[in-house]
Amino acid sequence: MKWLHKDLLDVSQLSKPEVMAIFETAGRFQELQERPVKKVPTLKGRSVVLFFAEPSTRTKTSFDVAGKRLSADTFSLAKSSSSLTKGESLKDTALTLQAMAPDAIVIRHWCSGAARFMADRLDCSVINAGDGRHAHPTQALLDSFTLHQEWGDVAGKTILILGDIAHSRVARSNVILLTRLGAKVRLCGPRTLLPPALKTWPVKVYSDLNEAVKGVDAVMCLRLQLERQKDGLLPDLREYSRTFGLGARHLELANPDVRIMHPGPMNRGVEISSELADSAGSLVLDQVASGVVVRMALLFLYMTRKGEE
Amino acid sequence: MAKIDLIVRRANLNGKDVDVFVSKGKIVEVKPSAESLDAGDAKVEEAYGLTLLPSLTDVHVHLREPGFEYKEDVESGLRAAAWGGFSNIMCMANTKPVNDNGSVTELMLDKARKHWPKGPRLFPIGALTKGLKGEELAPMAELAQAGCAAFSNDGVPVESTKIFRLAVEYASDWDRVVIDHCEDPYLGVGVGVNEGEVSSRLGLPGQPDVAEALQVARDILLAEYLDLPIHLAHISCRKSADLIRFAKARGVKVTAETTPHYLTMTEAVLEAEGTEYDTAAKVNPPLRPEDDRLAMIEALSDGTIDCLATDHAPHAGHEKETEFDVAPCGISGLDTALSVTWGLVRDGVLTRETFLRAWTTAPCAVFNLPVNTFAPGDPADFFLFDEDEEWTVSASTLHSKGKNTPLLGSVLKGRVKTHFIAGKKIV
Repeated sequence: MKWLHKDLLDVSQLSKPEVMAIFETAGRFQELQERPVKKVPTLKGRSVVLFFAEPSTRTKTSFDVAGKRLSADTFSLAKSSSSLTKGESLKDTALTLQAMAPDAIVIRHWCSGAARFMADRLDCSVINAGDGRHAHPTQALLDSFTLHQEWGDVAGKTILILGDIAHSRVARSNVILLTRLGAKVRLCGPRTLLPPALKTWPVKVYSDLNEAVKGVDAVMCLRLQLERQKDGLLPDLREYSRTFGLGARHLELANPDVRIMHPGPMNRGVEISSELADSAGSLVLDQVASGVVVRMALLFLYMTRKGEE
Repeated sequence: MAKIDLIVRRANLNGKDVDVFVSKGKIVEVKPSAESLDAGDAKVEEAYGLTLLPSLTDVHVHLREPGFEYKEDVESGLRAAAWGGFSNIMCMANTKPVNDNGSVTELMLDKARKHWPKGPRLFPIGALTKGLKGEELAPMAELAQAGCAAFSNDGVPVESTKIFRLAVEYASDWDRVVIDHCEDPYLGVGVGVNEGEVSSRLGLPGQPDVAEALQVARDILLAEYLDLPIHLAHISCRKSADLIRFAKARGVKVTAETTPHYLTMTEAVLEAEGTEYDTAAKVNPPLRPEDDRLAMIEALSDGTIDCLATDHAPHAGHEKETEFDVAPCGISGLDTALSVTWGLVRDGVLTRETFLRAWTTAPCAVFNLPVNTFAPGDPADFFLFDEDEEWTVSASTLHSKGKNTPLLGSVLKGRVKTHFIAGKKIV
């Protein structure tokens, strides 16, 4: 498939065949993970800037590993080491990066729309590694890829996304992608952590976790940012954990083969019990492994576009 | 009969060719065009093919001087007003320093006299509270004496209902109306986008319409209780319009304005292809859904909303070319308001009568400003307008320093060709 997109800003840009092409490419890179030398020269001489204006460990490392396994040169730029801390505007940061002629920029930023802002100003590919509350397309792709690996197809499956939906870019991108792939999506969380106008989303919304979890094939727990309590959105963590924290008792109501997911990092005992995080049905570490191959696939497709196979 | 010093010949006034006779800055007579005319010593302005409209009044602009002259200054703001068809503009107090003392008011008026001695006329709005902090009343007597035409904390609404009540009462001692920016301080967090479908999809914290309507309700109850006028700034949603309609039916002394952008734009622009997260459309209150836009048209048409105002909020290019969260709110509006709203008249959305009321008689009545209805003795404030001239909104065609408008690149119809204030040609 010729890859025609310049940027990956959200999964809404991708058709189902394009998602399948990403999965197929990622699947081919999986074999590489088994080799003693996990590196191929595919992107030798190409450069990727990892511009993380917001703290991130796993996404940044995942992209770094993905780039290096394809022999790309990866350069990190964090907010703390960038001129953003000296008051430089995002536009000037973009133009400065552009002048260094990278082939792709992976951006993480605390503002929704920041990835598009960069993409509109840069000639190279921009890959959104999370912008504000808006989108986290690579996380959604790796989540769906993980389930795709498990089930062969996510179509017809019922997936519950649980927790702080309002502030979650992971949830937004997953709702779009999972429904596009034919899954049924449920959301559950306290009303204070649900976005407005949910009736326009292609989802079923629950406030009772016991109801929400009935018959589901997978539960995606979201990280609860602990400062939400200070914002007045929660009474306290104990109540949240007792009401919306996923525990073993809930799984008795779900499909017997239910899978548990979490984008990490986890607050064990808050949004998910420690027991479940480590259980046989947990795909948390599979998600991390999928992350590397999905990001390899994305770097490959976006950096070798221009009509190449 | 007074000595005529200006005759505007063969202008189109509401479908009829008329000649306008002016003496000493005032309208003497408007009558059907005569074939031949002895002009005597009078200056003659040939207006054939041009539409004659009374100058407009904008009761809500931000001129940024003193303090933020790089965004706009009195000179450039008045230039935009002159070319935009405005003879009277009222400028808000959120300058630096704040217009909370007579010296700042006098500085603004001195600048206006220096750069635009023949008009447009500038009417500063004084702060309601010192430093716009909402804690202590501003010296309104001093401000009124220096030339302030009204009082407002616009941009930083007074959080304390008690202080706001006292401000309304105190302002009335000086026969000045208070203008309130209606925004509940707690629900108003997350400005720039309406809370709803679009904000949900874009992942932006939104401002709900009830943040505005709650404060509108408060102001209505206060105005009724105090039996004093309160003018409600830049109303944007149906809930507020319904409350104001109810209040007016009860005889409450509230008046209200809305802006051209709430009549013509919706939140959809923020996720339209090519304008996603367009900071030019980031404004407070935010652009609302289509139903609210329709409600603004209804409310303006039935008189619930008295007048139009631009809420002209110029910003520098670099301030808007940034992340959505970081960008300041505001749309530059003085240059485009006339073309945009006259377009609504042309399209049959607004009547000509509503247009004239909203831009001339109603705002002048609320704030006791000079108005031209083409009656003998009225100030000779009018402009000649080419209804058909098309112009592209661009950095070079906008007279304001503020180029921040979602209309950039759009083609608008209608251009001011000549503008007279008190019988003197200003452009």
